Amino acid sequence: MNKALTIGGMAAAAFVITGWSVGFSQDRPSVPPPEGSPLGELISGYEFRTPETQALQDDDFINPGFLWVENGEELWETADGAAGKSCESCHGDAEDSMNGVGARYPVYSEATGKPINLEQRINLCRTENMQAEPWRWESPELLGMMTFVRYQSRGVPVAVEIDGPMQPFFEAGREFYYQRRGQLDMSCASCHEANYGMSLRADMLSQGHSNGFPTYRLKWQGVGSLHRRFRGCNQQVRADRFGYGSDEYINLELYLAWRGMGLPVETPAVRQ
Amino acid sequence: MAGVRPRVRVPKEAAKGEVVEIKTLISHQMESGQRRDSKGEIIPRQIINTFTCTFNGDEVFSADWHGAISANPYMQFFMTAEESGTFEFTWKDDDGSVYTETAELTVN
Amino acid sequence: MAQVRLTTRTVPVTRREILRFAGIGLIAAAAVPLAPGRASATADDVSAIVAERFGGAEPKEGRIDLVLPEIAENGNTVPVSVRIDSPMTTNDYVKSVSIFAEGNPLPEVATFRFTPRSGVAEASTRMRLAGTQNVVAVAQMSDGSVYMAKKEVKVTIGGCGG
Repeated sequence: MNKALTIGGMAAAAFVITGWSVGFSQDRPSVPPPEGSPLGELISGYEFRTPETQALQDDDFINPGFLWVENGEELWETADGAAGKSCESCHGDAEDSMNGVGARYPVYSEATGKPINLEQRINLCRTENMQAEPWRWESPELLGMMTFVRYQSRGVPVAVEIDGPMQPFFEAGREFYYQRRGQLDMSCASCHEANYGMSLRADMLSQGHSNGFPTYRLKWQGVGSLHRRFRGCNQQVRADRFGYGSDEYINLELYLAWRGMGLPVETPAVRQ
Repeated sequence: MAGVRPRVRVPKEAAKGEVVEIKTLISHQMESGQRRDSKGEIIPRQIINTFTCTFNGDEVFSADWHGAISANPYMQFFMTAEESGTFEFTWKDDDGSVYTETAELTVN
Repeated sequence: MAQVRLTTRTVPVTRREILRFAGIGLIAAAAVPLAPGRASATADDVSAIVAERFGGAEPKEGRIDLVLPEIAENGNTVPVSVRIDSPMTTNDYVKSVSIFAEGNPLPEVATFRFTPRSGVAEASTRMRLAGTQNVVAVAQMSDGSVYMAKKEVKVTIGGCGG
């Protein structure tokens, strides 16, 4: 699906470089940033989208992301692996047990001595507790479970730990964020800190928060992970992409979660 | 096609003569037949080509879909509620698969 | 791990720098292979289909409310609604509405078939548009008359394809 609508390319060529208009209004809903944030206010990516795209997110029935939520819900109840367990066997009703969980990842793992994100946590449950095969990144199963679990935290403010053992990984994530890279020599900050609210070609740049992920992207015509989005961003500035679940992206995920601390989880969000 | 998931939303109850709104969504890639794979080969079309809604066996609304219908196709339409009964929704896939879903409506 | 101290001030980015991004995007977009077959349909193609399907009945203006976004954020999922002014009785109802996209490789998008039971002749779906173009709705009434409406949708494609 990721090459969907290549036919749009030619039409796009006629439409680009109309950008660099100031289309941003300062009265968008926002929340105060965490201490030390470079941003004066935190604005969800939702606020940068058109009314039509927002409408897709606003109604849980017409939001196609809920197809993934429902898939995850089924998987939650389905036993898998040699131990004969399902997620439900240990965690019971996800509505109770998973409430708030998705809002605080990545977390520090004593076992590995580094942060792990929610995808990795789910697969650790599978391999260690269920004795099942881990799910492949971006597989319908892992995306379904991710979306289902994060959805249990919808409305809960993002809150990650960055102190103690997390601190060096947080710093590494920040370093990644500000590192210019690729043929275009651009950092994450080039778009999402210095120029949010501006139009790049015909696309309005957001603050690049992660609170809506996994998110249904119109471009993808499906739900995708935050790391898929990272890879897209890196490719777009003609830089090397890192692997799904790589240390680089986990650290960036941690730093990005901190940048959006206080924004409510919106999973499954709908974005352009 | 495996893993296709239909969703429908209709009111449970309606007054006689009321026009009720019906919303449906189904998970499907709707491969348009207009794309090429990494080897440059055309990816064959595989879409849901027909959608039908009946109520107590009578057709209320139907649609022909082409490759330009978005993935995870959505369809919204209406029906006048005259008597209690059962909606049946049917989606027909290019590969011959048929997906169905039903919903009940009570008319007061 | 080496501790690199980074400031968190706003990174200056020049207008030129962003335009360079946009420029390369432009080249990349131009290099994207076109869909197989014809590049796109035309208004004439749509007229020909309409003439053939509705037996040459001259489409009239009016009665159709065609609801589309002025600007679609992504051509993959463009909401479209049609509502036709009709009493929707057994003797006078809308039989069908067909949607066409004049600039798509294949212009046909969908045909909706109503019945008097529909109550109102209104339907909504989501469609793919291969760029900025006109969208056409053609309604056929139970008396055989045909109505047509046309509206332009500007399709933007993201600066950040990702």
